[in-house]
Amino acid sequence: MGVGARKPPPQLALKLRRALGGRAGWNGVAVQLVFGAILAWIAYEVISNARTNLETQHIAAGFGFLQNSASFDVNQTLISYSGSDTYFRVFLVGILNTLLVSVVGIVFATVIGFGVALCRLSPNWLVSRVGGLYVEAIRNLPLLFQILFWYLAVLAALPAPRQSLSIFSAIFLNNRGVIVPSPLAQPGLVAFLAALALGIVTSLALRSYARQMLFGQGRAIRIWPYVLTLLVGLPLVTMLAFGPPVTFEFPQLRGFNFAGGTRIIPELVALTVGLSTYTAAFIAEIVRAGILSVHKGQMEAGSSLGLSRGATLRLIVVPQAMRVIVPPLTNQYLNLTKNSSLAVAIGYPDLVSVFAGTALSQTGQAIEILVMTMGVYLLISLATSAIMSVYGWRISRSLGA
Amino acid sequence: MSDLAASSFVRRDLVAERPAPVTTTGFLGFARTRLLNSPTNILLTILGLLLVWYTVVPTIKFLLVDAVWSGKDRTACLAENAGHPVGACWPFIQAKFTQLFYGFYPAAELWRVNLTFALGAVLLLPLLIPKLPSKGLNAGLFFFAFPAVAFFLLHGGGITGFGVSWVADLLQLFADSISGVGEVLVGLSKTSAVGPLLWAIGGIIALVGTLLHWVIFPLTWLRDQMQAAGQGPWLDFLITAVIVSVILFVLGGGARGGSRPLVGSLATFAAMAAVIKLMGLDHGGLPIVDTRLWGGLLVTLVIAITGIVASLPIGIALALGRRSTIPLIRIFSITYIEFWRGVPLITVLFFATYMLPLFLPGNFTVDGLVRALIGVSLFTGAYQAENLRGGLAAVPRGQGEAASALGLSWWKTTSLIVLPQALRHVIPAIVNSFISLFKDTSLVSIVALFDLLGSLRASFADPVWTTPSTAFTGFAFTGIIYFTFCFGMSRYSLFVERRLNAHRRN
Repeated sequence: MGVGARKPPPQLALKLRRALGGRAGWNGVAVQLVFGAILAWIAYEVISNARTNLETQHIAAGFGFLQNSASFDVNQTLISYSGSDTYFRVFLVGILNTLLVSVVGIVFATVIGFGVALCRLSPNWLVSRVGGLYVEAIRNLPLLFQILFWYLAVLAALPAPRQSLSIFSAIFLNNRGVIVPSPLAQPGLVAFLAALALGIVTSLALRSYARQMLFGQGRAIRIWPYVLTLLVGLPLVTMLAFGPPVTFEFPQLRGFNFAGGTRIIPELVALTVGLSTYTAAFIAEIVRAGILSVHKGQMEAGSSLGLSRGATLRLIVVPQAMRVIVPPLTNQYLNLTKNSSLAVAIGYPDLVSVFAGTALSQTGQAIEILVMTMGVYLLISLATSAIMSVYGWRISRSLGA
Repeated sequence: MSDLAASSFVRRDLVAERPAPVTTTGFLGFARTRLLNSPTNILLTILGLLLVWYTVVPTIKFLLVDAVWSGKDRTACLAENAGHPVGACWPFIQAKFTQLFYGFYPAAELWRVNLTFALGAVLLLPLLIPKLPSKGLNAGLFFFAFPAVAFFLLHGGGITGFGVSWVADLLQLFADSISGVGEVLVGLSKTSAVGPLLWAIGGIIALVGTLLHWVIFPLTWLRDQMQAAGQGPWLDFLITAVIVSVILFVLGGGARGGSRPLVGSLATFAAMAAVIKLMGLDHGGLPIVDTRLWGGLLVTLVIAITGIVASLPIGIALALGRRSTIPLIRIFSITYIEFWRGVPLITVLFFATYMLPLFLPGNFTVDGLVRALIGVSLFTGAYQAENLRGGLAAVPRGQGEAASALGLSWWKTTSLIVLPQALRHVIPAIVNSFISLFKDTSLVSIVALFDLLGSLRASFADPVWTTPSTAFTGFAFTGIIYFTFCFGMSRYSLFVERRLNAHRRN
């Protein structure tokens, strides 16, 4: 007894060396010093050059210009904006427009992408070939080419407002954009939304209760009739009680233009179509690869357990495929957001176009404006990758358990 | 006996023939199994056929059947003159052909562009065919010699100095800058609170700068002597060749093994001398064509190839830096990679166009094309680094450990053992990023460079050719060019991938 294991020597010097110089030891420290000196020298050169150049061009450095009046107009704004607003307001308008086109593009890209992936996976030869043709054609052409094609060739070839193409006399297509009915809020809207929210919350609670019952006591509860009633019936009842939540104002041709309705500017249409069809081709390949990555035996095992084809897909194949699909899919969403900066080529007022384009050429504050613009995109992508690493950590945890 | 005959059964006539099995081969069988095997599939087939009918047929009709093939201006491509609905207006492409391919490159000098394209193709093709020998020499020619030759061919101009002068200029700039930093710090020390410390640091840095001046004095002296002699670049060339060859000879092991590098270096310099003489670089070279006159496919290819050539070394350095155990280098690499990958290319191009000139000394102007090239290279380098990181991670640890056990240094382990294997793994990924680089070159049209897409857009503005089908014709033509390049590259990457995975096939 008595004699325990001796403590290992502290090896402080070794630890310090490891921390400072990595595996290369003191050589690493020397390399770092030289590297740091070079970086410091480059930084010094850059800053001193920038300072001299700005002085010769009479540009005051700093973010003070953000409070100045922008005095130019933007043809699509989600928040109120006029020419007398500040450059900071322009920045916000740009961000919101970027987010708008990204969100709309992501929705369409996902829908088209999953559709094309299903086509490519179809046992039908013709359909899978059509899907393959789509993917090859879209992926091998530059995105800017496609956006310009939609904008300069297709949308420009649409007729003038008087000869608009109409879809059910509700949606009109012409060379000034797409005119859609605009929703007008009615008094019943609040009650309708409340009923909808109640329905969603109750359905979610019901679902978690059913899962608890299934996993805890092995009782399968059929909840879909209740969910359907809650999600459709409840809002319907409130609509009958309080009147319709929204009415639509239909566009009418008056003279040379349309009265009523909302006009979606052609830039937004071209950009959304271009971005979503382009990204959809990549999403289709990701989804296809994800579904093919699930081993055939999984499907067979599911049917040997007596599950139906739909249930096997829903409970066995899709959850495993999603694990492969989600990370690259997020990457594509991020790419779409970054690619929305191509708006500058056709004049859709996104962040790059109005802030790094118009505002930059008006003020000449290149450094500040580009830092802010790059910062926004960087923030979006870093936030996304942070979320994805949390997701990856959860997946690996669930696999380890 | 008769009992037996009565109880047994002997068939007296042939069994009727069974129907032939359902065809599973040939067109009919194929149609039956893959197109029409269930009601849903029949419906899908009909839908697919309709889709093809309404997309492919009009396209072919537009491109070939209804197309107008000759004419002098827009009148030929109007429906009332052609007498039928007009599809593609090919005379438009004929009229704009040089603009789409060369931009405003002077017509008398177009042979230079064609020669460069031909040279590039001659060097690139053998590099892509795995069976052909001497890949090292070929790669060296394509990645180092070709860019230099292409620069002097396309841009023109000659050289007044060579290695010694260039190195002397560069080092002098560096030494001046360091002395400058020291003087600024000494100047600051008079007003600062930590004056003595700043004074000491500034003094040391200024001292380093002065020392550097003295160290490089032989080089600068040599340069000044040569400039005073005014002999053109030949003397400089000779001295550079001697110095580099001697260094290689000594590093290669002196008399024991240095003859090989010596011969290689002499051969390289002889080839360089031949090129310099052939192109007349020593007395002015070819007439200079300003890059503002370049355009069309020329600019697209220049940007794509420069991006490809420049991004690989950047990518390799960053990928190795990211795996390094030295903290500062690793942090720097990660920051660099994540920064460039997090921002869109167009903001990078804006950065290169508007911010880069501010960061350079005032008397130092950078050509618009060069700015875009810098932006594209920095951007693609970060993506290339991530591709290579995957390849480096795929090399088993044991390879590096075995190399260390053999006593190879880190540099030798990396360059001889790890990198070659890693590069083999990532060839498909690298080709894929080349495809996206090729597609991304179209973005330079936004920063006022006229690449293929930019030239196309500019050509739409010509009132001589405004017809309803002009835009569609232009997009069809450039689309075919882009598609050919990208599709070719993607097929090639599939081919390489299959070749590399040949041992895994079963």
